[in-house]
Amino acid sequence: MSEKLTKNEFESAGYLSSETIDGDIATLNLGPTHPATHGIFQNILKVDGEKILEATQTVGYIHRAFEKIAERRPYNQITTLTDRLNYCSSPINNIGYHMTIEKLIGCEIPKRVQYMRVIIMELARIADHLVCNSVIGVDTGALTGFTYMFQQREKIYDMFEEVCGARLTTNLGRIGGFDHEFSAAFYSKLEDFLKEFPALFAEFDNLLTRNRIFMDRTINSGPISAERALEYSFSGPNLRAAGVDYDVRVMNPYSSYEDFDFIIPVGSNGDTYDRFQVRQEEIRQSLSIIRQALDKMPEGPCHADVPDFFLPPKQEVYENMEALIYHFKIVMGETPVPVGEVYHCVEGGNGELGFYLISDGGRSPYRLQFRRPCFIYYQAYPEMITGQTISDAVLTLSSMNVIAGELDA
Amino acid sequence: MANSTLSNETVYSKLKEKFGEAISESQEPFDLLTVEVSLNEIHNVIEWLKNEPLLQINYLTLIGGIHYPENTGRELGVTYHLHSLIHNFRIRLKTLLSIENPTIPTITDLYVGANWMERETFDFYGVIFSGHPNLIRVLNEETMDYFPMRKEFRLEDGTREDKDDRFFGR
Repeated sequence: MSEKLTKNEFESAGYLSSETIDGDIATLNLGPTHPATHGIFQNILKVDGEKILEATQTVGYIHRAFEKIAERRPYNQITTLTDRLNYCSSPINNIGYHMTIEKLIGCEIPKRVQYMRVIIMELARIADHLVCNSVIGVDTGALTGFTYMFQQREKIYDMFEEVCGARLTTNLGRIGGFDHEFSAAFYSKLEDFLKEFPALFAEFDNLLTRNRIFMDRTINSGPISAERALEYSFSGPNLRAAGVDYDVRVMNPYSSYEDFDFIIPVGSNGDTYDRFQVRQEEIRQSLSIIRQALDKMPEGPCHADVPDFFLPPKQEVYENMEALIYHFKIVMGETPVPVGEVYHCVEGGNGELGFYLISDGGRSPYRLQFRRPCFIYYQAYPEMITGQTISDAVLTLSSMNVIAGELDA
Repeated sequence: MANSTLSNETVYSKLKEKFGEAISESQEPFDLLTVEVSLNEIHNVIEWLKNEPLLQINYLTLIGGIHYPENTGRELGVTYHLHSLIHNFRIRLKTLLSIENPTIPTITDLYVGANWMERETFDFYGVIFSGHPNLIRVLNEETMDYFPMRKEFRLEDGTREDKDDRFFGR
């Protein structure tokens, strides 16, 4: 059957009585550990046959109290906590956090650093969207695209490794910029990636986008209207799939995003297919942004002049009194931080990733709150799957890209 | 905000004109208009900001709690970040509550998405949102009998040396 009927259409066609298919209502636990949930979340579903009548989520299985831990750590040690929010795109979290601190201390960032950051953040966005979209493929039964795209994601991780030594939880960059210039190996890997990836990606796109089976499975699965999405404070690709063109990169440009030419794709139905399409197009746009950033890359230092936060070169620490003092102060977390209150947001893989920081001038934040887009939009999940089938519920979950780390903080 | 079509002064004067005494303090840290709103009016202010045709501040960004133990009588705070997607204007509202009776009206009737944000604030700070449809803990375990983000629960000092290493597998 190529088109799905709504509940009312079903009823009026006489297929089922007002509430039941076979009259037996069963309770089904989808999760907490189930391969189809791609993370640790539990959904208690009330099902009638295949049809979902009611859903309740339980979250918090991997809550790690990051906001509390952050209240004791020095500022430069909090970056590692942000890694573990949305671990599919850690560099965006890292850089978003760094930019929050830079805003607080009033630090001027060189243009070159901003462009370097854009490259890293867009690579992270591609990696994030690749995971999400290839997993939508897996959940519809198409495993092939997933294996190909994960090879490409590995290449992005190779590049992160070249920049910071780590692959998944990157702790990438420093307050003020990068600890060193990108290496030649990074640039050659990036050029190779930009050369090879588009063709492979087009192949992946071909496998799914106009595939009849995939379209039948995803169109009208887990839809949400634009009005409802806004009421639920959706952001990111999920909001754009519903038809609202809100993107932090355009609305409140940071890190020189205003210098680049790119479009914000929007969907119309807010269903799984639209979310998939929006992410596909964002990957293409990200590639174009990276190309532009590489071509326009200005000359300059790879970090800002903030000796209070940016570790001096090791050689100088041994030879120079001042550098030694700064090194000591940073490592011991004794850096002076102004009193203030700042909210900064970036466009994360899943939407508006915000950092609300209150500093009382101490060595750690007085309060640091993360706006975690997953946590906010996952609320709408029961509403989106009620009346749908269990297989739709699995697809909706993966296409919303709910990441357990970001959900539970 | 840089490219907003509303200015902080406009919004503040409109708020002041409409609510007068209830708007007690305003600051602009990093160009973000921050106003303190009295407990009685917080729901009305958010509702008015949402529905006022000239402002349309109708996107809820974030709700969070904060604890100031020294601020006797007004120890707990709730902050609301709101955003007008039409005007690209952001505003932060704050309300302070006493820790003896930390009750504040819910805004789940205005924003469905406030549901979990308020539950989270309840979970970590013990702020009671009256009228909330399902005010239970969200991230922590249900049987927990304290509010962990309050400042009286200090984190361990990283430099202490009196720990018995046997308990830590060292």
